[in-house]
This record gives sequence, C-alpha cells and structure tokens, in this order.
Amino acid sequence: MKRFLGFVKKEFLHIFRDIRTLIILFGIPVIQILLFGFVVSTDLKNAQVAFLDLSGDEMTQKISDKICSSGFFMRSETLLSYNDIDKVLRKNKIKAVIVFEKNFGRKLISEGKAAISIITDGSEPNMATLITNYVTAIITDFNRELAGTQAAGTFLVQPEVRMFYNPSLKSHFMFVPGVITLIMILICALMTSVTITREKEFGTMEVLLVSPLKPVQIILGKVMPYFLLSFINVIMILMLSWLVFGLPVKGSLVLLLAESMLYILMSLSLGILISTVSKTMQQAIFISFVGMMLPTILLSGFIFPIENMPDGYGWVAALMPPKYFIIIIKNIMIKGTGFLYVWKETLVLTVMTTAFIWLSIRKFKIRLQ
Amino acid sequence: MRTIFYLIRKEFLQIFRDKFIGRAIFGVPIVQMLLLVPAVTFEIKNVKLCIIDRDMTAESRGLVNQLEGSTFFKVRFSTFSEQEANNLLYRGKCDLVLQIPSGFGKETGKGNPGKLLVSANAINAVNAQLSWAYLNGVIRDYNINIIAENTGSLSFASIPQIQVTNRYWYNELLNYKYYMLPGVLGILILAIGFILAGLNLVKEKESGTIEQINVTPVKKYHFIIAKMVPFLIIGLIDIAIGLIIGKLTFNIPFEGSIALLFLGSAIFLIAVLGLALLMSTFSGTQQQFMFTAFFFIIIFVLMSGIFTPLESMPVWAQKLDLINPAAYVMRINRMVMLKGSTFRDISRDIFSLTLIAIAFTSLAVNRYRKTA
Repeated sequence: MKRFLGFVKKEFLHIFRDIRTLIILFGIPVIQILLFGFVVSTDLKNAQVAFLDLSGDEMTQKISDKICSSGFFMRSETLLSYNDIDKVLRKNKIKAVIVFEKNFGRKLISEGKAAISIITDGSEPNMATLITNYVTAIITDFNRELAGTQAAGTFLVQPEVRMFYNPSLKSHFMFVPGVITLIMILICALMTSVTITREKEFGTMEVLLVSPLKPVQIILGKVMPYFLLSFINVIMILMLSWLVFGLPVKGSLVLLLAESMLYILMSLSLGILISTVSKTMQQAIFISFVGMMLPTILLSGFIFPIENMPDGYGWVAALMPPKYFIIIIKNIMIKGTGFLYVWKETLVLTVMTTAFIWLSIRKFKIRLQ
Repeated sequence: MRTIFYLIRKEFLQIFRDKFIGRAIFGVPIVQMLLLVPAVTFEIKNVKLCIIDRDMTAESRGLVNQLEGSTFFKVRFSTFSEQEANNLLYRGKCDLVLQIPSGFGKETGKGNPGKLLVSANAINAVNAQLSWAYLNGVIRDYNINIIAENTGSLSFASIPQIQVTNRYWYNELLNYKYYMLPGVLGILILAIGFILAGLNLVKEKESGTIEQINVTPVKKYHFIIAKMVPFLIIGLIDIAIGLIIGKLTFNIPFEGSIALLFLGSAIFLIAVLGLALLMSTFSGTQQQFMFTAFFFIIIFVLMSGIFTPLESMPVWAQKLDLINPAAYVMRINRMVMLKGSTFRDISRDIFSLTLIAIAFTSLAVNRYRKTA
C-alpha cells in the first residue's frame, strides 16, 4: 500500500511539474463550455430572406411586414424576376426567397385563395426546414386572423400548449449537457491513453514493470490523479453552467456527482484500453481523438436525436457510452428525476466500465515484446 | 528545390513506417463516412403520444384516429389520469400529452369552440416546436372537417385562405446525406491533418531528432514546407476517396467543378497545417500539443456551421468565425458540390481563406527556431 501511495505521489508530481498542461487542462473545458453555451444554438434569428413580390399590393405588403417584424427574419432584397432567385441563393447570404403570386390580393378576395411559395436553400437542410416551418407558422397565424375577421368562430378546436422542463424553449438545455459529455469523455480518454503510452514510448515503462508494483497498481496509480482532476473539472463546469447559463441542478446534486464519477471512470478506463492497443502517443491520440470525436458528436444524441435516425442506428448508438450519460445528466439536471429513472443507464455505464477494465487487464503486457 | 524534395521523401517514409497510422489515415475516414453520413436526419418521426381522453365521444375518437393515421405520431399510451400522463412524460416514455376534456364532443357538435390541452417535453426545443407545429396541422385538418360537416362545404370555401407551398432548391428531397458528406469529410481531414502534422514536429523535438536537421544547412521554410506537403497530399487523397464514396454509395450530386473543390480544400489544408505547425512550435511535449489541438479542433468543428446554423450564433461569434478555416471550407464544399457555384460566387471565401493560410504558415516559419 505504501509503495502504491508513493507511486501515486510520483504521478501527481509528474502532472503538477508541467504547469502548462495543467493550465490547459482546466482552462480548455471552461473556455469551451462558455463559448458553446453562448454559441451553439439552433434558435432562428435574423435570417436573411428576399421577397419576390409579383403582385405588389397592400396584402402582400402586410404579410411581408408581418414576416419581417417577427424577429426571425430580416428583409434583405426585393427581387424582380424568377431568374434572380438562383442568383441570390447561390451567393449563400440569403437563405430563402418568399414568392407572392400575381394578383395576390385580388385573388384572395375574389376567389378566397392565394398562394405563397417559400423557396429555401436545400443545401442547408437545418436552416431550410426551420425557415419553412417558421414562415408557415406566421402565415397560418395570418390566416387565422383573416378568418377571424371574416367569419367568427370558424376554428372550433383550439389547442393550448405547455412546454415542460424548458418553457422558454432555449437551446442551452439541450447543448450544455451535451458539451459536458463530449468534452469529458475526450479529455479523459486522451489523458490516460497518452500518459500510459508515453511511458512505453520513452522506455520508462520498463522501469515500472521491473519494480515490485503489480500491473493493476501501475494502472490505478496512473489513473488516480486524472480521476481527481477530472472530477474537479466537472464541478467547475457545473458551477459555470449554473452561474452563467442559469442551468441549476434540479435533482439531487449528490446523485449527479456520483454519476459523473462513474462517467469519468468509464472514460478513463476507455483510455486505458486504448493505451493497451497503441504503441506510440501518436497512435493513442489518433484513436482517442480522430476516432472518437465525430461518432461521439453525431451518434450520442448530443445534437441529433437518436429516435430520428434510420433503422439499425439505434443499435449503433447503444454502443456509445456518451449516449447514456447525456440521458442521465438531462434527467437529473433539467427534469430533476431521481435514481429510479436512470438506473438502467447507470447499469449500462457500470457494465461498460467493468468490461473496459477487464479487457485492459487481459491485454496489458507485462513483458516488452 | 532538391533539398525540399528529399526532405518530403523522408517525411513520407517516416509517416508510413508506422503501419497503424499509415492504415488509419485512410481507413478511419472511410469507416466514419460510411457509418456517420447516413445517420443524421433532421426529420422527426415517431413522436410518442399519450392521450387522455376524458370525453370518449365519437368526436374525440375521430381526432385520435386522425392523429394515429399520420405517420408522424405514434399513440403509445392512453390513460385517464393526468398524473400518470405527466409521469410518462417525466420518465421520457412519451414526448407529447394530449388532453381532451369532457364535453369536447358536445360543444363542438353544437358549434362552440372546444379546448384541447397539450403538454410537450421541451428539453430539445427544436423537436418540441416542430412536433407542436405538426400537431397543430392535424388539428387544423380536423377543424376543417368538422366545419365542413357543420355548415356544408360551400360556406367554408368562401373563407379566404392563403395557401403555402414550399420548395427546397438544390436538394429537392432535403436529403441530409448531401449536406453531411462534404461536412464530415472536411472535419476528418481537419482533424487528421492538424493532429498528425503537429505531433510529427513536436515528436522530433521531444525525442531530439530535430537537432539533426537543425545542424544542416536546411532553411527554415524548407523544413516547414517539407512537414506540410505530405499531409497536404494525404488530405487531398482522403478527399478524393470521400468523393468517390459519396458518388458510389450515396449518389451525391456534383454540380460544380471538381478542380474548384480541390483548390478550396488545398487552401483549407494549408491553413490548418500552418496553424498546427505554429502551435507545435509553442509546445514542448506531445501532451501539450495534444491539448492545444483538442481546443482548436473542437472549437473549429462546433463553430463550423455544420451542426448548428451559423446565423443562430451571436454576432461576436460570427466575427470570431472569420478566422475559422472550417467555416469557410464547409461553405465552399457545399456551394460547389450542391449549388454548382462558380469561382466568382465563392471568390470572397477563397480569398479570405488564402489570407488565413498565408498568415498561419508564415507565422509558423517565423516562429520555428533552429537554435535552441
């Protein structure tokens, strides 16, 4: 035990000696959370739209004013003909063109029907769907006003909505937990895999192997300091998301911290596993960063909900550890649920952690070559 | 010139001597593109609905049937207790709860307005809004049906109504793969180029082999160019592989000029590699460089506009994005591939990207010290 403690102390000294890495280690997550909390959002505001008004009457004026005064859109150009549409969309500044047909106002009154067409830039599907939905909603609203003035009580059934857990519909609620999950797994896996391969690459692993320390002790000793550092990191990030983004932990803080510990442990053991299969730091960094970044962003439900993915991807996503932590952290932080609601996810993370550790121990070579 | 050529050859030998890296440089992009490009869609399907039907009349059942008939909603639960419904929402078993109060059928039958209550899980704000909009659409159809029944269809037609049609240009069916492929490809070459080029230089520093170069008459810019060119070539090969995959497996349209796309990607890669080499002159160990790379790559990727629209970012972040090479390449790739934009359409982006590339690279040459 004393031997082991001595080893842990040595590892701490290693880390603290390199002040620069330490600053980066704590600074990066903080800066990233701050940056993304403000930046990463899917709220539509001030999207530039152009109008092609073939009618140019009072009614079309009224509708385009209504669209532009919503705060979501900004009028940028008024086009004169259909040929202009391709020209402006191609330049990429304008995201949509709204076309009013000829004799719009007259048709609406005499025939009771008039058509608006929304042309969006489909090369950016997110934007295109958002804009189409918002404009359609504004026009539906306008229709309702129109109907209200013409014949009262035509719309018999009116639904009322309550948005639960996120009444002001902010995208922070979605992205802050996701960014925490993403950054923690990448940092933890990178740190452990690199610290172990570093010893291999420099040949100092040999020194450790001939020491009376058992392989398990070597690995535990390597991981212990990073476990503590990462835990402090999580606490800092949670404080920030509370102070800066007003995202309080609604549920039990103790439970959330315990779950975070489990998640850190899982990420660290993933790092150990990576270090057992890579010979150099380059390889370890390649696997734990290039290999893991995009799958973590895309398949964990961080930005894109898993339910919307094509068939079969549910299974792929089930193999992604971050998926479970995102569910856990959203449940505890935002909904305020207790352990009973996340025990399944917790169990999966525990099983994954055990599997990673077991595999690493089996693959860990005591001999060089 | 010959010096650079020999140095480049040395770098290539060094890169491919590591069998793992040599394979991963091409293997990882192929696997990730095949796996990730089809995964992402923005369309919402299977919204899980819980119904509290307190009314139990033909009218309320008609509404539920209409909801069930749409491909968008799946009625998963129906219950009489609001508490149970809220609990299901809480546990994430359903996304929307629709409450039909008693007396709904009677009122609407008489032509009086009937109320419905909807509760939505709004943690994912976009999803909640879209499902709500769809639900509204179904209810509107339902409205039109009862109005038609109550008053006869003639009088309904006299209510003026604006009809909205919409079209998605350049991507009629809003195929998400067309959008994701150029983006994922850009991110992959960004990460691979940045990490490998930077680590390569720091590794020489850490193991001391850089001294052997420093004592030779090799010029500073020779050295930086030789570190850059191999990864530039590897990156461009990765792009070619990616485009072939896109054409063969996902049938991605290619409207613009291939040469223009490669020109944009090459400038992008030079900018990325220049920054990587600049950062590696600041780092003493591979660990330090790794964290720096982590910082820049994650920021470049999440602010590139591929996952969330650039326009949704605050103005200061859009200004910051002016030095983000990834934001430019996403735009250029998409515009050239899907819209067939010509050089003139993207000249501003190309110009800015070139400035960034020159700035980073000359800084890297300037910062690199041959003397210890």
